[in-house]
Amino acid sequence: MIRNFLRAAVVTLGLTAAPASAEAPFIVVQSTTSTQNSGLLDYILPGFEAETGIDVRVVAVGTGQAIRNAINGDGDVLLVHAKQAEEQFVTEGWGVERFDVMYNDFVLVGPKSDPAKVRGGTDIVAALAAVAGAEATFASRGDDSGTHKAEMRLWDTVDTDPTAASGTWYRETGSGMGATLNVASGMDAYTLTDRATWQSFGNQGNLEVLVQGDPRLFNQYGVILVNPEKHPRARAAAGQRFIDWLIGPDGQSAIASYKLDGQQLFFPNAD
Amino acid sequence: MQGFASEFSSAIALILNGDAELWAIVLLSLKVSIFAVLISAVIGMPVGAALAVARFPGRRMLIVLMNALMGFPPVVVGLLVYLMLSRSGPLGVLELLYTPTAMIIAQVVLVTPIVAALTRQVIEMLAEEYSEQLRSLGVSRLASVPVLLWDARLALVTALLAGFGRAIAEVGAVIIVGGNINHVTRVMTTTIALETSKGNLALALALGAILIGIAVAVNAMVSTLSLRAEREGLRHA
Repeated sequence: MIRNFLRAAVVTLGLTAAPASAEAPFIVVQSTTSTQNSGLLDYILPGFEAETGIDVRVVAVGTGQAIRNAINGDGDVLLVHAKQAEEQFVTEGWGVERFDVMYNDFVLVGPKSDPAKVRGGTDIVAALAAVAGAEATFASRGDDSGTHKAEMRLWDTVDTDPTAASGTWYRETGSGMGATLNVASGMDAYTLTDRATWQSFGNQGNLEVLVQGDPRLFNQYGVILVNPEKHPRARAAAGQRFIDWLIGPDGQSAIASYKLDGQQLFFPNAD
Repeated sequence: MQGFASEFSSAIALILNGDAELWAIVLLSLKVSIFAVLISAVIGMPVGAALAVARFPGRRMLIVLMNALMGFPPVVVGLLVYLMLSRSGPLGVLELLYTPTAMIIAQVVLVTPIVAALTRQVIEMLAEEYSEQLRSLGVSRLASVPVLLWDARLALVTALLAGFGRAIAEVGAVIIVGGNINHVTRVMTTTIALETSKGNLALALALGAILIGIAVAVNAMVSTLSLRAEREGLRHA
């Protein structure tokens, strides 16, 4: 009886648990949590999939991890937001060419009580200096993501090394944007976030946007095809079709038409 | 928190109103974990039983190692399996990364030590109890393994359930090797992690409640089955 059960289990599970790779063509896109958590990819991808029959499988992690995964060949396309690191990825030969796709901006969110008194400012550097001066709790991604890299560049401009205060007012969560926003929400901390993730975040609690509009908060997204010369098994043809679509008129207008609560989250700017 | 309670109950209602996508996720969770437990049983039970009856130098150390592996951190297992299955890893040619098969492999690594260690314990006690009889029948130690396993089958169900509990509740390994890809490798735990990161805490908690419900249902089903088997066994005896 047990043998029969096992056999039945293997048949029912085995056939269906096998990867579906054989039937439908697909690509793996290494991307960042902001493009997924904001709902953008869920909104625009069905259009591409219907047009081409190519299934787009998105692995959403921090930019740093996405780039490392792509270097290992575990993706066909890279869609992230850390221009410097992206260009290095191409220079080192891991990627074919980098294209601008879209942009949005970072915002500084913090508790409504605003202990560092930064509300309404448009100078992010002055605001961060005020947070550090007041030793107000600040939650940092601390995970080498695009947002974390942007934050560290801004601290450089402030000429403050917040990691010296790590564990006191400066808290490195080592987690994704959503997890870090949950931390900030739970302990009334300031944090730097991309606007898309913030806008779609369900647990804003006592936090609100306090500083925005500084040109230094510009957040550019780029797309790169993983180099098939480095990884011959990369699905380069299908990956290129996706990139062509994304930076072409159809993809760009799909990005522009995605709105959450009436607000546009990403602004297409491919050449 | 009042808002949270109503949010939570509306999330539960939403889920129970037959959300097809959610049930596909539940089904994939069950498939991956049940499959992983079955494979772990095939590997872990003979290994555990053999360790229980065999006598060789280094046996104690192996047992200690096996017991320690029950606490192997899932993230580390996920990382190891990722490095093996990555395109630049030794098994990259198999193209298994980001598939349900990769998740099964990771869970097998996590569950097999549990099944083996618990089997070892059960069989060791049983072997002591039966040692006289087995010796008088002239059965060698290793040859007694299948008999002992069969005799201990009801106790071993608990070992499998412990393994299933570890597999179905685990997130650290499957999110690395599965990638939490929508419609492909998204399971209950990775969905909960995703909704938490979106700040949809009520929905995440509601999904957690469903997951617990499934675990209870599976355990109840198995315990009913083994109780029935036990009664039948007594009747035949």
